[in-house]
Amino acid sequence: MAKLHELPGKPAIRIRELVKQFGDFIAVDTLSIDIMNGEFFVIVGPSGCGKTTLLRILAGLETASGGQIEVVASQLSDRPVNRMVFQGDSIFPWMTVWDNIAYGLRMRGASAKKITEVVGHYLDRTGLTKFAKAYPHQLSGGMKQRVSIARAFANDPQILLMDEPFSALDAQNKVLLQEELLKIWEEHKKTVVFITHSVEEAVLLADRIMIMSAQPGRAKAIIPVPLPRPRDYMELQKTSAYGDLVHRIWSSLREEVQRARQQSDGGAT
Amino acid sequence: MTAIVSTTAPTRSWRLTARGYERLISIASPIVLLLVWELAARTGAVDVRFFPAPSSIFEKLVALLSSGELMRHTLTSLGRLGWGVLLGGVPALILGIMMGLNRVFRAIVEPLVAALYPIPKSSIVPLALLIFGLGEGSKIFMVAVGVFFPVIINTTTGVLEINKIYLDVGKNFEANRWSTFRTIALPGALPFIMTGVRLGIGMGLVLIAVAEMIGAKSGLGFMIWNAWEIFAVEQMYVGLFVIALIGVALTVILQELERVIIPWKTA
Repeated sequence: MAKLHELPGKPAIRIRELVKQFGDFIAVDTLSIDIMNGEFFVIVGPSGCGKTTLLRILAGLETASGGQIEVVASQLSDRPVNRMVFQGDSIFPWMTVWDNIAYGLRMRGASAKKITEVVGHYLDRTGLTKFAKAYPHQLSGGMKQRVSIARAFANDPQILLMDEPFSALDAQNKVLLQEELLKIWEEHKKTVVFITHSVEEAVLLADRIMIMSAQPGRAKAIIPVPLPRPRDYMELQKTSAYGDLVHRIWSSLREEVQRARQQSDGGAT
Repeated sequence: MTAIVSTTAPTRSWRLTARGYERLISIASPIVLLLVWELAARTGAVDVRFFPAPSSIFEKLVALLSSGELMRHTLTSLGRLGWGVLLGGVPALILGIMMGLNRVFRAIVEPLVAALYPIPKSSIVPLALLIFGLGEGSKIFMVAVGVFFPVIINTTTGVLEINKIYLDVGKNFEANRWSTFRTIALPGALPFIMTGVRLGIGMGLVLIAVAEMIGAKSGLGFMIWNAWEIFAVEQMYVGLFVIALIGVALTVILQELERVIIPWKTA
C-alpha cells in the first residue's frame, strides 16, 4: 500500500481502509487516501481496477463493504456534498439543455430567479447559450458532455466527481473541453476527483495522481504533479517535466495493465 | 423509398413520382371498390338485404344525422370510452411506473397481471353486467379493463427499459421518490406508454361495441344490435362506418399528441 502523502491544507475526503466486495470479487481493497480541499485529484488504473466503484461509493451510489469514508467538507455549508459527471451519455434526452442544467437546482428547490441566473451563467461558460432550448439528440457528443459538466457545476457541489467524462470524445474536442474544465475549475477551486485511463489527461489536469493496481484495486502509487498553473496543453507538451511525468506514470501503469491482462487470461474476464 | 428524378425537364411536370403514384392508388382503390359495390347492388349481383348499396347507406347516414339519433349514440359511446380510458389508463399508468421502479412491488403485481391478461376481455361482459348492472357502470368498466392491460404492461416495460444511468443521476442529484417518478420514470417511459394507450384505446373501442350490444339502450353498439333486431341493414352499416371513423380519428389524434408531448423523439 502506498504511503499517505500529507499535504498542507484540510482534507475534503478521508478514506480509510476502504473495502468493496461483490460476492467473492474484491473490487477495492483496503484503500486509504486523503483528498485535499480544492485539490484536483486524478485516478488512473487498468480496466476493472475498481476506479469507477470507488467513485460510485463516493457518490453514494454504492455502499462500502468495509472501512470508512469521511467527507469533511459536508459539515461546513449547505451546498450539496458531491455531484457526478457520469461516463457516457447521462443527460436526460427528454429535457432541453436548459432543463438539464437546471435539474440539480430544481431538485434542491432553488428559487426561479437563482435557477435562471445560474443556468444562464453556465450556458455562457460552456458556450451553449444558443442551444438552451435544444434537445440532446440535436447535439454533438462534445456538446452533450458540456451539458453534463454544466449540470454538475450548476449545483455548486463541494466535491465534483468525474468518471472518464471525455473518453468518448475525439482528440480535438477532448483538448478543448479539458481546457474549459481547467478554466472553470480555476475559478471555483472545487475538490475534483477525476477518473481517466489517459495518462496525458491525468498529468494535464491533476494536482496529484493515484495509480491503482488491478484486482484487487489498491493505491499503488500517488504522484504529485508540480507543474505550474494555469496549464496549457500545447505549452505543456514542450516541457521535459511533462514528458518525464508521463513516462514515469506510464511505466508504473504498464505493469498493472500487464498484470490485469495475465489475470484475465487466467480465467476471469 | 426514393423518388424518381426525371432527367428531362419537360416530362417532370406531368409524370408522377413513385410515391405520388402509390398515393393515388391508395385513394383510388376504395373509391373503385365502392363503385363496384354500388353497381353490383343496383344490378342485383349482390343481395341488398346483406349488402345494401353505398348510396342507400349514405342516405340513411344523412337521415340519422338530421334526426340527431346518430349524434346521440356516438356521443354516448365516446363518453363511455373517455371515462373508461381515464379510469383504466390512469391506475394502469401509476401501477406500471411503480412496478418498473420497485422490484418487490413488481414481484407482487406481475403474476396477477400475467394471470388475468390472457382472459378474453369480451368474455367478462356478463360478469361486468352482474357487478355493475345494466347502467353506465358496466360499459365504462369494460373499456377500463381493455385499456388497463396494454397500458400497465407497456408502462412497466418502458420504465424497465430506461437506462439505469438516468436513475443514478437522479439519486446523485438528490431527486426524491416523487421527483424520480415525475422527472425520470414518467418521461423516460412515455414512448412506451403512448404505445400502450394506443393499443388500449383500440381494445376499448372493441369492448364498448360488444358491451353496448348486450344490455344497453344507447350507443353505437346498441344501434348496430338494434339494427339487426329490426332488420335495418343500412343503419347497421352506418354504425359500423362511424365506429371505424372513430378508430381512425383517434389514431390520428394520438399520433399528433405524441408529437407534442414527446418532442425529444422527433429527430
